[in-house]
Amino acid sequence: MILKRARTFWELIEGQRIIYVLAMVALLLVILAQYMPPLVQKFTIDIALRQETADLERATPMQKWFNELGLSAVDLLGGAESLRSNVWIAALLIVLLAMTSGLFMFLRNLWSALAAERIARKLRDRLYDHLQHLPVRYFDKISTGDLLQRCTSDIETMRQFMSSQLIVIGRSVVMLVVVIPLLLSMSGPLTSVSMLLVPVIVIYTVLFFSKARSTFKAQEEAEAAMTARLQENLSGSRVVRAFARQDFECQQFGERNTAYRDRSFRLMRLLAFYYPSTDMLTMTQIGLVLFYGAYLVGERAITVGTLWAFTFYVGHLLWPIRQMGRTLVEMSKAFVAMDRLHEILHQPREEMEPPTAPATTTAAALPTGPASGGISAHEAMRETIQGVDTQPAARATGGATAGGSAGQEQQSADEGPMAPLRGEIVFERVSFHHEQHHVLKDVSFRVEPGQTLAIVGPSGSGKSTIIHLLLRFYDCDSGRILLDGQDIRQLGRHYVRSQFGVVLQEPFLYARSVRDNIRIARDGARDDEVYEAAEVAAVHETITQFEGGYDAMVGERGVTLSGGQRQRVALARAILKVPPVLVMDDALSAVDTRTESMILSALRQRHGQRTTLLIAHRLTTLMRADRIIVLEDGQVAQSGTHDQLVVQDGLYRRLWQIQSALEQDLSEDIRQARPSG
Amino acid sequence: MATIDPHAEEEFSGQMNLGLWRRLLRFARPYRLHVVGIVLTSLLAAGCDNLFPLMTGITIDGAINRAENDGAFPLARYAMIYGGLIIGLAISIAAFIFVAGRIATGVSHDIREAAFQRLQELSFSYYDRRPVGWLVARLTTDCDRLARIIGWGFLDVLMAGWMVLIASVIMFIIDWKLTLVMLVIVPPLTIISIYIKRRLLATSREIRRHNSRITAAFNEGITGVRTTKSLVREQENFREFSGVTHNMFTSSLANARLSAMYMPLVLTLGSVATALVLWAGGVQVIAGNLTLGTLIIFLSYSGHLIWPIGEMARVFGDIQMAQAAAERVMDLLDTEPEIRDSAEVLEAVAAMTVAGSAAARGEEQERIETIEFRNVSFAYAHGKPVLQDFSMTVRSGETIALAGPTGGGKTTIISLLCRFYEPTAGEILINGLDYRQRPLHWLQSKLGVVLQSPHLFGGPVRENIRYGRLDATDEEVEQAARLVNAHEFIVGLDQGYETDVGESGGRLSTGQRQLISLARAVVADPQILIMDEATSSVDTRTEQLIQSAMETVLSGRTSFVIAHRLSTIRSADRILIIDGGRIIESGNHHELIQSRGRYYDLYTTQFTRQHEDRIIGLGGNEDAAGAS
Repeated sequence: MILKRARTFWELIEGQRIIYVLAMVALLLVILAQYMPPLVQKFTIDIALRQETADLERATPMQKWFNELGLSAVDLLGGAESLRSNVWIAALLIVLLAMTSGLFMFLRNLWSALAAERIARKLRDRLYDHLQHLPVRYFDKISTGDLLQRCTSDIETMRQFMSSQLIVIGRSVVMLVVVIPLLLSMSGPLTSVSMLLVPVIVIYTVLFFSKARSTFKAQEEAEAAMTARLQENLSGSRVVRAFARQDFECQQFGERNTAYRDRSFRLMRLLAFYYPSTDMLTMTQIGLVLFYGAYLVGERAITVGTLWAFTFYVGHLLWPIRQMGRTLVEMSKAFVAMDRLHEILHQPREEMEPPTAPATTTAAALPTGPASGGISAHEAMRETIQGVDTQPAARATGGATAGGSAGQEQQSADEGPMAPLRGEIVFERVSFHHEQHHVLKDVSFRVEPGQTLAIVGPSGSGKSTIIHLLLRFYDCDSGRILLDGQDIRQLGRHYVRSQFGVVLQEPFLYARSVRDNIRIARDGARDDEVYEAAEVAAVHETITQFEGGYDAMVGERGVTLSGGQRQRVALARAILKVPPVLVMDDALSAVDTRTESMILSALRQRHGQRTTLLIAHRLTTLMRADRIIVLEDGQVAQSGTHDQLVVQDGLYRRLWQIQSALEQDLSEDIRQARPSG
Repeated sequence: MATIDPHAEEEFSGQMNLGLWRRLLRFARPYRLHVVGIVLTSLLAAGCDNLFPLMTGITIDGAINRAENDGAFPLARYAMIYGGLIIGLAISIAAFIFVAGRIATGVSHDIREAAFQRLQELSFSYYDRRPVGWLVARLTTDCDRLARIIGWGFLDVLMAGWMVLIASVIMFIIDWKLTLVMLVIVPPLTIISIYIKRRLLATSREIRRHNSRITAAFNEGITGVRTTKSLVREQENFREFSGVTHNMFTSSLANARLSAMYMPLVLTLGSVATALVLWAGGVQVIAGNLTLGTLIIFLSYSGHLIWPIGEMARVFGDIQMAQAAAERVMDLLDTEPEIRDSAEVLEAVAAMTVAGSAAARGEEQERIETIEFRNVSFAYAHGKPVLQDFSMTVRSGETIALAGPTGGGKTTIISLLCRFYEPTAGEILINGLDYRQRPLHWLQSKLGVVLQSPHLFGGPVRENIRYGRLDATDEEVEQAARLVNAHEFIVGLDQGYETDVGESGGRLSTGQRQLISLARAVVADPQILIMDEATSSVDTRTEQLIQSAMETVLSGRTSFVIAHRLSTIRSADRILIIDGGRIIESGNHHELIQSRGRYYDLYTTQFTRQHEDRIIGLGGNEDAAGAS
């Protein structure tokens, strides 16, 4: 476990390792430079002010050496006498040392921040890119909220760990390593007294923060409960007013508000205990050094300067040590975050290119193509993308974009065999399972180029799945799907998807302007092309009435579109793409009948004989198709033209019969109304 | 309608507005004693803290005295005093954390409560311009931030002030010349601290803005993944995302550079103080004018002085940053509800209550016999008129179905009836009296409302139904559930009536939520039922349950229904076709079918759609695709 985490961590800081090493070196230099001034003060006090020399009879060789070192430093500065008459030299030395340590401190802070921010950015980019390339199957299982949480707060936790916590830990360790020999070279007994409470403080803080977790959590939960109630109250404000429940709501919210206050206060009480108690430990430790040291001074075992240096070092050491307890506890959070991110990043990506590319030239041009998946491929991709950043959009038309390689190779991929489809679609005995359910069973049909195929069937019969299989959101378990006679699995997802203009059942619009939402299908499309597409989708009028027209933002910051408007904008988007095949998954269900038939006629006029696949359950829509398939329980129950199906017993005829039922209903109404009216 | 931009939250409002803070301070009034407590305990803490260097100096002088002259050195006594200081310090720190914690949590609670109550009174015109998430942030982050400043910010400034003051006084008494030498660093330290902290505020605001963009982009990346794949947009999206993270990186680095600079600068300035003291004091020691202990006292204080000044700079920065939060919260608290009982109504109610509870009860129990819209016009703020010169009269027991295209004014009629809004012209009379002359509560307690998107509250099913009438017994709740065909599915849930429906009812299906909201309206047994029929798809079986429930609920009750279901429309006593803010057609089903106008078209289309849906297995109708 620890090893695995260490390896993940090592991978994570890849590219930033040298900076971390530099930061650590700077850290060491900071500490060394920070530890000098007290020594300067010590020697100034001892040699210049008191003209006292340490009693070296019982001194260890190390202490003797250290003292010599100090004396020779004093000599270097002109000797004790000169120092005595020029105290400013020591003062200047202190300022210079502080500036040195300041410089390295700046570098240390900057480098660790630089590394952490780079890692955070890389993680964000990697995660985003990875998520975009995960198969749809992955998104079927997860909850959006949870995933979003990972993408935001987990990365933030990691960033904080990388930028500050790592430094806190490093600093404490380096300090201990530097300070203990330093103290030992001045006085052995005082050193042991100095370290007496250090382990106690570390253990105490660690224990405290792991114990306090439940209190922290209780506070967070109370806050969440309060926020949830607030949110519900505000979004349900009409219900509250309608039942005149304001007082009840105030009482309900009040309870949670008070609970949050009390929980927060309990946390405060805990901290009101924690901080003074560690202060007491710290001050006691400093006091022990002071009084034992003073005793030693009184006994002439150590010099005053030594005592002064000791109080400084111990005080200086204890603050980061106090912090360390908390940091160690927080570190476990960072590891949990790391594990959770790691889990996403190790989900296998969708392969965008065929296993064996149909054109050998393309395959040769892409030796380390994205088809190999995984992180290394991703890295390669990032390189290329960053390289391409300044180039104009590589993809001007709706051509296929090769998975990871922008640039020249892709152009050759576009031309060669990757020409637009003619639009022949063949399903051959296609079966598909999803989470142990049979969704499609032995489905076969054929759409000729230019034909319109309509699919109808009860909800849950597998209609949308046909479209998902066509787009290679999933691959079928048995049978095969052919586009222009080629097996879809040999064609590569990018190419296949670029051949379809799709309007999904619940179309997604991006948080950008209406214009950009349409243009997203074909970068570089002119404004008049956008308007024309919107007109075909019968949404141009509506858009021009928005505040800001085509530049109105979609979503929370701008206009809220109704279901029907969304569908039509999504349709305009699909139309602008000028795809060989148009696919509509119940895409006009929220549009009224008249508008729907307007759209369908306009589409036919503009696009001529283009292959169209549409799922629908309105007879008016179905009737326009060249051929109709009735899907029931994942199987093709009936298929044929309108004329063929109305004479067969089945779902389609039942739809057809609604018209006569309506006529009957109306005539009855009229008959009933006559006597009374 | 100008909506509030959620990204514009952190706008600086420039000048410090003292009046604003003074008004906000009224929330601290209940905690006056605590404030006194903070002043005293922080004084004690600062005092103890500043005595440590003094004790150190005295102890060292004693030790030197003993070492050189074999003089007296009462080490045990010094140690005891030192120990006493530690205990004093610990107790005072514990006390001020306790007291400041009480103020911070208390003030936050109180502001939030006041704001919540105000929100309950504010009219929908206030809500219309503010997204729910924005309002939530005002009552959570803003309140906490303000309380943090009132509690902790006050403490920090006070503590820092005491520290500087006490240390300066002690040093002045000991040696005023040396003190002046040391205080030379205070002005540059203050200037640098304020400058850097300010710049840090600006960059951290920028970081927050980028951060919310990143979150939005991730959200879009996840929820829109299928669309992105179908558009083969992965690379373009990534490129855009990478641009956002690049901006984030740049801002973060700018911020890091500033904060990396701060500590070294402060420490260097601190060392200047130390060096000056060592130099000036050292010369004095050599001359025999100063004891070494005193010099050590000054050396310790030189290290003590830096932090309080940094702290003060930070708090002033925080206050400046919280100014926008203070403005928003005070604005919420100061907004007067547009719709409220007029002074005359309040007077009348008060008089009634004084005159005798019997009369008051009589008024309260007055039944609604007629409702009349008389030449009512209405426009939303800065919007086009939605209703124009609209008139209708409804008598007790009638079921009115409202039908017509979206945006025609149906929802507005209902909102006006509920007095969520008031007419901009004309009047609405209830039993012949303008409803603005009646208490708001009188009307709203007689209404039962079922909204299009049935909103439930997190908690048990039972409590959600009981929301209609708080004193309903368990039997009454279950009876209502039976009446609307909800009992069966509720009993089938994990814990029956005690099952938690999840936040906003999220654990139930749309159809189940609809049934529960019907039961909620039934248990209220309202004199007037107002309903906006849901249009989202439910399965055929649930659709049948809802249909028969609707019939039960509507029969014999004064009701207004924005109707989509054929069965509801047909059984209405009167159908009003509303378009362009006017009544286009009016009559019962048979009459309107015969006249072969708009209703006829509407009915035939709806007939086809509903039957098609039924064959496909959906129970819904128009607008079937819910918002994604």
